[in-house]
Amino acid sequence: MLLIHCPYCEQDLPELEFAYGGEAHIARPADPSALTDEEWRDYLFIRSNPRGVHFERWRHVHGCARFFNAVRETVGDKFLMTYKTGEPRPSEEEVEARLKELSA
Amino acid sequence: MSTFRVAGRGRIDRSRPIRFTFDGRTVQGYEGDTVASALLANGTHLMGRSFKYHRPRGAVTAGSDEPNALVGTRRGPGRFEPNTRATMQEIYEGLRTESQNRWPSLGFDVGGVNDRFYMLFSAGFYYKTFMWPRSFWDKVYEPVIRAAAGLGKPPTEPDPDRYASRFLHCDVLVIGAGPAGLAAALTAGRSGAKVVLVDEQSEMGGSLLSEPSVEIEGQPAWDWIAATMAELASMDNVRLMNRTTAIGYYHQNMVGLCQKLTDHLPVPPEGAPRERMWKVRAGEVVLAQGALERPLVFDGNDRPGVMLAGAAQTYLNRFGVLVGRRAVVVTSHDSAWYAAFDLADAGCKVAAIVDTRAEVMSALREQARVRGIEVLPSHTVTGTAGRLRVKSVRVNPVVNGKVGAARSLDCEALLMSGGWTPSLHLFSHTKGSLHWDEEAEAFLPGRKTEACRIAGAGRGLWGIGKALEDGAKAGAAAARALGHEAEAKSLAVANDREGRGVTHKELPTDRDPGRARAFIDFQNDVTAKDIRLAVREGMRSIEHVKRYTTNGMATDQGKMSNMNGLAIAADAVGKAPPQVGLTTFRPPYTPTTFGAFAGYHRGSHFEVTRKTPIDSWAEEHGAVYEPVSLWRRARYFPRGNEDMRAAVARECRMTRASVGIFDASTLGKIEVAGPDAVEFMNRMYTNPWTKLAAGRCRYGLLLGEDGYIRDDGVIGRLSNDRFHVTTTTGGAARVLGMMEDYLQTEWPDLRVWVTSTTEQWATIALNGPNARNLLAPFVEGQDMSDEAFPHMSVAECTVAGFPARLFRMSFTGELGFEINVPARHGRALWEKLWEAGQEYDICPYGTETMHVLRAEKGYIIVGQDTDGTVTPDDAGFGWAVGRKKPDFVGKRSLTRPDIVAPGRKQLVGLLTDEPDVVLEEGAQIVADPDQPKPMTMLGHVTSSYWSETLGRSIALALVAGGHGREGETLHVPMPDRTITAKVTGTVFFDPENTRIKL
Ligand SMILES: [Zn+2]
Repeated sequence: MLLIHCPYCEQDLPELEFAYGGEAHIARPADPSALTDEEWRDYLFIRSNPRGVHFERWRHVHGCARFFNAVRETVGDKFLMTYKTGEPRPSEEEVEARLKELSA
Repeated sequence: MSTFRVAGRGRIDRSRPIRFTFDGRTVQGYEGDTVASALLANGTHLMGRSFKYHRPRGAVTAGSDEPNALVGTRRGPGRFEPNTRATMQEIYEGLRTESQNRWPSLGFDVGGVNDRFYMLFSAGFYYKTFMWPRSFWDKVYEPVIRAAAGLGKPPTEPDPDRYASRFLHCDVLVIGAGPAGLAAALTAGRSGAKVVLVDEQSEMGGSLLSEPSVEIEGQPAWDWIAATMAELASMDNVRLMNRTTAIGYYHQNMVGLCQKLTDHLPVPPEGAPRERMWKVRAGEVVLAQGALERPLVFDGNDRPGVMLAGAAQTYLNRFGVLVGRRAVVVTSHDSAWYAAFDLADAGCKVAAIVDTRAEVMSALREQARVRGIEVLPSHTVTGTAGRLRVKSVRVNPVVNGKVGAARSLDCEALLMSGGWTPSLHLFSHTKGSLHWDEEAEAFLPGRKTEACRIAGAGRGLWGIGKALEDGAKAGAAAARALGHEAEAKSLAVANDREGRGVTHKELPTDRDPGRARAFIDFQNDVTAKDIRLAVREGMRSIEHVKRYTTNGMATDQGKMSNMNGLAIAADAVGKAPPQVGLTTFRPPYTPTTFGAFAGYHRGSHFEVTRKTPIDSWAEEHGAVYEPVSLWRRARYFPRGNEDMRAAVARECRMTRASVGIFDASTLGKIEVAGPDAVEFMNRMYTNPWTKLAAGRCRYGLLLGEDGYIRDDGVIGRLSNDRFHVTTTTGGAARVLGMMEDYLQTEWPDLRVWVTSTTEQWATIALNGPNARNLLAPFVEGQDMSDEAFPHMSVAECTVAGFPARLFRMSFTGELGFEINVPARHGRALWEKLWEAGQEYDICPYGTETMHVLRAEKGYIIVGQDTDGTVTPDDAGFGWAVGRKKPDFVGKRSLTRPDIVAPGRKQLVGLLTDEPDVVLEEGAQIVADPDQPKPMTMLGHVTSSYWSETLGRSIALALVAGGHGREGETLHVPMPDRTITAKVTGTVFFDPENTRIKL
């Protein structure tokens, strides 16, 4: 069972308290009616599903109930970092540095 | 008569004799014995039959890696456990054990005939033998396989025992309490770190328990264990857990421990749990699990009396049992020489030490010579003889790779050692990498993924001194990593037994290797020949070889067989072992009871049962319940001998005739409040909300972004900035989560707060022509006339003096009200209405009647009449969509190409041609019943009931292009007949809604 750091509660808490919420940084288009069918399809269904670093949403559902974002390495199933909704996506350098830190 | 006990040896308590039974026969042992050691002390080696060939088998190990000596244990009703390892089960007075896989008796077993036909049962025989003819599968092969398959018998009664579970946090978790683990725990414990030390055995000490002649710091090994245990026990920061198996190593240093608490006690304490599952989160883990001895692979290596040399040494030194009076040792590792010396010193005639190697340390040869043991270097073993017990072994010299002439050596026991495999199962659970070490000829731990350290034999170090040193270092390093000051103290060790060895594939033989019964996996009866056959038949990956031969797939997960299987597979493929690779070890390390995993979550604790404030009234009035999500809801209220159909028919009649009362408290309720509440509702729900006045309510439809119906419910606008939203019973949490998601992540600018109020309100529905007559006298603060309080109104008022949110709405087609009062007043209000309702012949009704009444009106149940692929138009709810709104969740999807395409499944009514026939919900619908199979299915029945009101059956169905099929006859093929039905609209009763408007 993973420990997940809730950026709102600022604590490492057991996975049981959290729920997965799909890929992160897919904003709902401001005006869906302006989108072509293909663009809307991409928003609805197309996900990156990488082997490795994945940006994803989690919710501290049995805690503060807040949604937040996380970077998880999907092969080793390790959380690299979590951050609040609305905060910028961590840069490649930040992610690389964290990966190095964890494998050391 | 303990004829094989050796005076003065062992750690058993000779002042405490214990009697137990094995296959009905009384056996005597002593406190401290296992079932296996007590049986061996009585000269019994035959303990079971093997899985496939039913070959006679005895204990081959003295530990948890035992593949053969599996017994059933019984202690009263419901307390039967199959496949208990006799090598681990401690005996207690009154224990009953029985052998497995034999009929009629262990000595004479009919299934043993399989052994005569072993050529038929080669690798992959499941895949090959039963393929043809196809028609034989159901009637012949499968029943026979099912009857013969499986080890042991499952228990037939519910388990009466209790199982507990706990969480635990510690600094350093040390797994394994042999020399390395003890040194690690001692070092870390002295540093002040919070230490947990676990061991699967009944007492701690590990291999030291089998090596009493070793001296540590000038003390005999057992004295050192005692002193160490005393010091550890005296530390408040150290927790010692014996009989505790680390079953799995999970993420971020969480380790599952299964602690056995009562299986060794003659009378378990009242109420004590049998086992306790611990979920330990450790800062650092020290894996000190030692190594497992490998058998050698030769013809007849599975006969009772053939066992691992280390096991024989353990039986002697720990249990005071000589496994035979005349023994032969065959080995490729020095360790077996020491076992031979210990046995010889205890009075066993060791006829010979057969070593596959040409060169052995002169010190060992000298010790053998002193004891008069014949030494046969460069020899191989090519067979054994004896029916239920080994009586001789065939040995041959090997010169320049050629196997010479055989000679036969008589023996009661044949002790073998093919070297030692580091026990890295838990390390493998972490996905830590293993690398092949040429010198150790073993896989050793490589890259780590968790904060763990491997100490001692687990990383290929051999000898007590090295294990102690390595353990102390690991314990110190773990403590230091957590900020404690720790020092690895070195310990002086005398009489240590260091050694080395080589590994082998099958031993060379002068006989036809194709006929050799040289076992690798004893439990699953896999031989060397099977592995080679699998490779010849095209299996190249070790994972394929494993599945084809079932090598390593028995309950011991290949603890003994893995490396031998790999060595032979690698040889057959023509690659080095690391190129072929290892199969994956998975939790649990040893078989674990379901009870331990379930813990407290059984019976009524398996899942919570939610009850409404009115539930107790329903129970007192004989309600029959049904589960709806986690709730239990009254399904109907039978009177006299009524069955469900009669009760529901009466409830429907009485409600439509006068008034029915229904507990709707389970409906999800969400308070949506804030200055932007109406904007939020406009964006979430399909309907327009801006023009809905305070005091009015509206049916709301919620879609996903994909355009499919997710939920529905009546929503009341209490004021400009406050809505009382209701959801389906099962959808409440999902809808709240969806609202939170949009508010937190998409529209954080909206000033809206959403709160679950499901359990704050008790909700009572009154339906029927007399609903107002009954309710009005109780209401204060609201004019109840139709003009002042029309259909789809909401008001805050008092009802029977209780503060209430009163809705005028209907889910039955009758004049209806839903009264929400604070949950604590729910039952009181219900009773007042019930009492006053007697004048109107009031009828309490349950969910079944509610379903019938709503279906008669064509009101849908989301999740029953929809399935996650139904759009508002599909369901006939296009009128509920505010198409002029610029946007709402799912709006864009309503013009997706596949959603506007023709032929979608749409909700229709179905009336059977025979009015008495009620369709089955879920039944498939076709246009032409005579078409060839497989038929083209148009859809399925979603709701179907007997309608008492209409005196006939009614049904709702999702049918392809259904809205264009009104009047068509469709067919519902059932196993016994085909039912015909006409497509209709979905409203069967009072289409003008006259009854609602009373
Ligand atoms: Zn939180």
